[in-house]
Amino acid sequence: MTITFSLDGKEITVEDNATLLDAARENGADVPTICYHDATTANGLCRMCVVEVEGQRVLQPACIVKAGAGMQVQTRSEKVIRSRKTILEMLDSTMDLSEAEEVQTMMKDYSADVNRFPDAKRRESPVIDDNPMFIRDYSKCLLCWRCVQVCADDAQYTFAINFDGRGFETQIGTFFDKPIPETSCVLCGQCAAVCPTGALKPKREFLLEQGMTPQEISVLNTGRKKRKNV
Amino acid sequence: MPEIDLAPLKPAIENYIPLGRSGLLPALHAAQKMYGWLPQEVAGEVAKILRVPLADVHGVIEFYSLFYNEPVGKKIIRVCTDQACALKNADGILNRLCKQYDLEPHQTHSELNLTIEPSPCLGMCELAPAVWTMDNGHSTVGDGLSEVESPRSLVYGQNRLLTANCGNGTTSLDQYGKYSALEKAKSISREEVVNEIKSSGLVGRGGAAFPTGIKWEGAMKAHADQKYVICNADESEPGTFKDRILLLDDPHRTIEGMCIAAYAIGASKGYIYIRAEYPYILPVLENALTEARNAGYLGKDFDIEIRVGAGAYICGEETALFESIEGKRGFPRVKPPFPTTYGVFGKPTVINNVETLCNVPLILSIGSAEYRKIGTEKSPGPKLFCVSGDVGKPGLYEFPFGVTLRDALEMAGGVANKKQLKSVLFGGAAGAFATAEHLDVKMTFEDLRSVGLPLGSGVVMVYDETRDMRDVLKRLGKFFAHESCGKCYPCQMGSQRQMEILNRIADGKTQAGDFIRLQDVGWTMTDASLCGLGQTAASAVLSAMKIWPELFKDEGGMMKDEKESRKSKVESRVSKAPKASAKTVKKAIVKKKVSKVSKNNVKTVKKATKPKATKKKTTKTPKKK
Repeated sequence: MTITFSLDGKEITVEDNATLLDAARENGADVPTICYHDATTANGLCRMCVVEVEGQRVLQPACIVKAGAGMQVQTRSEKVIRSRKTILEMLDSTMDLSEAEEVQTMMKDYSADVNRFPDAKRRESPVIDDNPMFIRDYSKCLLCWRCVQVCADDAQYTFAINFDGRGFETQIGTFFDKPIPETSCVLCGQCAAVCPTGALKPKREFLLEQGMTPQEISVLNTGRKKRKNV
Repeated sequence: MPEIDLAPLKPAIENYIPLGRSGLLPALHAAQKMYGWLPQEVAGEVAKILRVPLADVHGVIEFYSLFYNEPVGKKIIRVCTDQACALKNADGILNRLCKQYDLEPHQTHSELNLTIEPSPCLGMCELAPAVWTMDNGHSTVGDGLSEVESPRSLVYGQNRLLTANCGNGTTSLDQYGKYSALEKAKSISREEVVNEIKSSGLVGRGGAAFPTGIKWEGAMKAHADQKYVICNADESEPGTFKDRILLLDDPHRTIEGMCIAAYAIGASKGYIYIRAEYPYILPVLENALTEARNAGYLGKDFDIEIRVGAGAYICGEETALFESIEGKRGFPRVKPPFPTTYGVFGKPTVINNVETLCNVPLILSIGSAEYRKIGTEKSPGPKLFCVSGDVGKPGLYEFPFGVTLRDALEMAGGVANKKQLKSVLFGGAAGAFATAEHLDVKMTFEDLRSVGLPLGSGVVMVYDETRDMRDVLKRLGKFFAHESCGKCYPCQMGSQRQMEILNRIADGKTQAGDFIRLQDVGWTMTDASLCGLGQTAASAVLSAMKIWPELFKDEGGMMKDEKESRKSKVESRVSKAPKASAKTVKKAIVKKKVSKVSKNNVKTVKKATKPKATKKKTTKTPKKK
């Protein structure tokens, strides 16, 4: 079954189970996403993919809303642009986006102003290096939730991480901020794999970036083992 | 710290084991009651007993303001610093108490075992100022000078149908009489009951004004092995206190309403989800439920369980409330699917506000045709208004829809101290401001909507001519920043940025561009947020910007934005500010706050943002903002 609806004034036809995001991508309309990932349940929380659907009071997340026959959808209306631009400007004023390449590209696309929010409180925290597999740099975390989702019932069923705080003060954390080796974490690495900003990073990648050579890193590892054996 | 004895914990929460994850909030409440706060060992034991992942338990404790994972005093004094109380010197009371005990807000006096906290609205606005004290599990309320077990009810209105039994203490089942409306409902078919509610034109009284009959019809038609009826008593909208009075003075009206809903949709299980700030209602409700069970109204086809929140405004949002009942952080869900097909535990659910449910027995008793004679054609029925702030006679007022604001204010004794009216905040923090020009607007959904005012939960918060609206706005900003759940980006960051800008404006430190900045943040939250909290978090602010644009101007009387836009036009012709400079500025700010940490300075430490105990005598409870 297929359905036909209007996307940016163009009549298009898609499979009847398609989301507006699927439909937009199939038809060349650029709808940006941050939290969305093919491997995780769509939560529609970054709101970057919002589009204007005629008859709806508020903007709709394209990653979740299914295309419906006769819908009138605008992917770049004035409201949509204002929301996306403001969200990007707020993100930039909140966290370190230096390794979030996709977000940086969006910032350019939407002419987001990096000076938009002067004296804005930022989310800052020290890098946590507490396990042999990956580091956690939550100053770079934009709370897409993907790591929590893959650690839980989207993939690994390990439930090692969840949320600290609430609202702006939210951060990803373990049980009473325990180091990773003291949690149920199995070091599967899926959280680092789905992280879009470099907040979670394989330890080796991190050390290479710090300027260490592969030799130095392997010595580091053997050294640790030897100490343990003694 | 002395060793924590975990032995008594299991017997205390054993009853919740069969509930599984859903038993988490009740279990944490019980554990906190026992230990005073929730130390790691206790949280870990609760997780083990209920078989909930450790990280999830921690996430839940962190979400709710009234769960503490750091030591707090056995006695906690919470001073409401929200709208109505602020007008009655709440800040002064908080400062006086803090000074008296040599404490900062949020600090704990270890010798006295005392913590003092500012609090969001405690739902006692008509009795402002409001102070809520928990002393070793014993709750009292007061005004900072004297304390009582539970708040008085000030109820007014000429023809009181919903509040007929309110104002004279709790109404027992004997006084309430038979559940005759329920008997009448059961004498007709489910479809007929739903049709009665539909024909009555009843819409939800919690703020969203969704037609109740349509909700019921959806849930009635849904096929499922289990359905639920939930009473939303998480009344937390600043300025709202009607549900508190309805439940405290006349619990059977709500329970009967729930029984009728359960019959109509075929639900066997019900919940009353009540905010933790109303502990004095719990024994009243428990007793009323027992009375109803003994009389045979409950316990056969349908029974009701009470669930207590833990300090989260967002849990008044229906899907966040479901999550909370399920033992999770109160994150609102994406809709659709709607509660009528996919509610609590994924089952068809009718969730109604207390006042909505109180209308149900009335409609069944007098019939929808008679009911429609009350109020106006498009807004039928009686309505409760929570009148507080600068009025002569604050209290709960029952009027039929259609009374003008002027009449309502007159009945409430007019603006206090013979002052002139500056403004009325309609509908609560999520509402909008009205001024003297709106005095003759009829208080109905349609009339208010036509002038851009939401009826919301029936809040009429009055400000006299001397009030500084910038302070009012600052408190609104703080409220939403504190209560945002943090799920969707617009509200998570927007509520914080909105608060920062409103603080600047209140402090007379407006920056260039703040007007448009505030508008963009406001509209982004309104248009793009995931749930009703975010979508209304800027509603009052945006309405204030329309009415009093001068509040956002600098001393020269010109809006800084005007200057800025002129300046930036010139600048943009010359060159754009390079990105590097902005980053440098930010880094400088960051360095000030977290001096030890820089990007390359990796430390194997736990989160260092939480302040640790600094003084001997006092420790700061870090979770509360």
